[in-house]
Amino acid sequence: MRYGPLVFLAAFFALAVSWFGMVYTPQIQLGGAVQETNSVISSDLYPSERPGLARQGLEVYRENGCFYCHSQQVSQKGTLVDLFLTDAGKTNMAVANALNEEHVGTGTFSGPGIAAGLPKAIARNLSMERAQSLAAILKNNGAKSEMHLVPIGADIERGWGVRRTVAEDFIADATVMPGSQRVGPDLANIGARSPDLNWQLVHLYNPKLVTADSPMPPYPFLFEEKKIGSHPSPDALRPVGKFAPRAGYEIVPKPEARALANYLVSLRADTPLYEAPLTPPPPPKAATNAPAATNAPAAK
Amino acid sequence: MTATSTTSSASGSISAAEIDASCRLPLFQLFVGAVIWAAVASVFGLLASLRFHDPNLLSHYSWLTYGRVLPIATNAWIYGFCMPAGLGVALWIIARLSETRVAQPFLIAVGAKLWNLGVLIGLVSILAGDNTGFETLEFPRFGVVFLFLGYLVIGYWMLVTLHNRKEATVGPTQWFLLAALFWFPWIYFTANYLLLAHTPVRGVVQPIIAWWYAANLKLVWFGLVGLAVIFHFVQRMMKRRLYSRNLAALTFWSIVLFASWSGIPSTAPVPAWLPSISTVATVLTAITALAVVVNVYQTCGRDCSKSEDPAAGKFIAFGTMAFVVAWLMNVLNALPGVNAVTNLTWYTVAQSQLNVFGFFAMTMFGAMYYIVPRVTGVEWPSLKSVKIHYWLAVAGIILIVVPLAIGGFVEGFNWQNVKMTNVQVAGSALNFVRVSTIGELLILLGNLILLGNLIRLSIRYSQTHFVPVYKEATTELKPAEGKP
Repeated sequence: MRYGPLVFLAAFFALAVSWFGMVYTPQIQLGGAVQETNSVISSDLYPSERPGLARQGLEVYRENGCFYCHSQQVSQKGTLVDLFLTDAGKTNMAVANALNEEHVGTGTFSGPGIAAGLPKAIARNLSMERAQSLAAILKNNGAKSEMHLVPIGADIERGWGVRRTVAEDFIADATVMPGSQRVGPDLANIGARSPDLNWQLVHLYNPKLVTADSPMPPYPFLFEEKKIGSHPSPDALRPVGKFAPRAGYEIVPKPEARALANYLVSLRADTPLYEAPLTPPPPPKAATNAPAATNAPAAK
Repeated sequence: MTATSTTSSASGSISAAEIDASCRLPLFQLFVGAVIWAAVASVFGLLASLRFHDPNLLSHYSWLTYGRVLPIATNAWIYGFCMPAGLGVALWIIARLSETRVAQPFLIAVGAKLWNLGVLIGLVSILAGDNTGFETLEFPRFGVVFLFLGYLVIGYWMLVTLHNRKEATVGPTQWFLLAALFWFPWIYFTANYLLLAHTPVRGVVQPIIAWWYAANLKLVWFGLVGLAVIFHFVQRMMKRRLYSRNLAALTFWSIVLFASWSGIPSTAPVPAWLPSISTVATVLTAITALAVVVNVYQTCGRDCSKSEDPAAGKFIAFGTMAFVVAWLMNVLNALPGVNAVTNLTWYTVAQSQLNVFGFFAMTMFGAMYYIVPRVTGVEWPSLKSVKIHYWLAVAGIILIVVPLAIGGFVEGFNWQNVKMTNVQVAGSALNFVRVSTIGELLILLGNLILLGNLIRLSIRYSQTHFVPVYKEATTELKPAEGKP
């Protein structure tokens, strides 16, 4: 490399290759992605568009740099299988013996006992191969079983989500902010954890009202301290103790606060997808509606 | 490209003093702006860090919230100090190595003004809440335009200066600078065009491009410019040639081929091939660090202290060590087992600080301390304060990097321990961050000392150059007044 043009060509080549691999190819692979009906259980489009107020809240989230302290990416170590027995068949004894031979579970199964309380988990945290071989054995003995997919990992055990976050979860957002640091907890599913708008507003006004030793700063500039007039504001916060406003005043959320709270409540990515499968818990019997696309806000 | 210098005088050689004189105006613009931004950056860095002592601090002001103060600090560092300082030092090196005067120094100074205007617009926009949401690309469109135009003006005339060189062949320093000069406009245009244009890319392609850009700026551009400066000054100060041209070529190729693919975190919610390639590429950048260690050590040996300018040399020596440690920290961070713990923790902040401040900024400080007296013909008013700046900066960077790196591991392990609540884990990192506040304070003091020294030097320069000229001009007017 003794001559200038050669050096230039070398650098040009290297950058072109990097650009092709890291900018162009991802754009070709992912840039055209659209909302799809590729959810495992539901035929709704996923992810659904955020409602208008939540979209404004995303702008507030961006402006105030919430993403410097909070990530929106749940990771998982892998997926395990829980095997559920749904039907013990006619020859209970044979099923129990087959399971005992395979040393499934902690104890031993008995013929009459195995048919009680179905459907029930007969083994948890199995690898897919093991679960499939057990299911085949059960099938050979006339029993029926179901495999439940369970994503595992510290983030999931922490309750930050039920599955890992994938590219699909971000399609509907204008600015994608997966974050780079966890100074505070992950927010990919904060809308599933804390779906109450009022909780979000109180927490934004002063996190210590909700969690006594929270190191998160308060955001009083998103709220107004107003004199209580003849018509007290219906959505005023009611902080107590040392956080209470002066007598005769009330704390009213500004539109920014309301938008941000709506955005936070809309953050949930727990729909099972082909690239991140899981078996959701059965819907509670009382529920009248089937769960809609879960990226929609849980509460209005 | 054959260097035909038909314009030069009959003797054909231009003295170093003439070359330095042609650098004076653009370097003054670039360096003074850079040092002022460094002071601004460290004030905001300190403000951000103080939040970890008292979250209620200044919480009533939206423009002083942590999420605005922090990007001010990082952007003022990177775009305010590091890049203009790097461009200024690179310009001087190019002119000296080309043995030619700077082409269009006035236009380069105008480019520097445009650049600084862009930085000002960008920083004020972030304060006002106009953050783009992409890390290291926070400036909005109307700030980016000025930065880009400013860079094009500066970069173009730097290339012309390089083109006018006396010798046709180029050495390692020039490879690095030539590659860096055209690297930045490509990545900056790509990232800003695809993220902020009328129809930006969608979905996770956005963070992918932002990660790609950040790695290409902080590792490739900073690596190329910083190492060019290190290689140049090692040779100049030791009055020796670089130990191995082949090792320098290995360094060059490993940066442009591998570092340019790094940057995608392993947990990113993107197709698995991206973080996989990125991890492999990052691990391969260990070659860069090791090649630099061997090359610089073999060139200097144990004679480091015998350099031509020990005060400036110390900064550059520290920068070299910080480069090696920062890049190896980056390699460590890429290993899957380690990344599972360190990703999304303070460890990555520690690595970035060591790379940006410990390596790049320290190297540029050293180069500036060397260049400014030669270009202005005025010695630094206080050599003692150069030494004090050095020790403050070294202590500051150690007090930031070591606690944050340890704190990152502690925090990372604690996030894995599901028995600890969110508040407990967040709290477990607090004391490490609090120690780093002392580091931020020391760095601020160091930057203020540099600023003070530079202001005093400018005053002395104007006293020796402008005051006599002014006196001469005013005395000539007197007879004209007495005429009627």
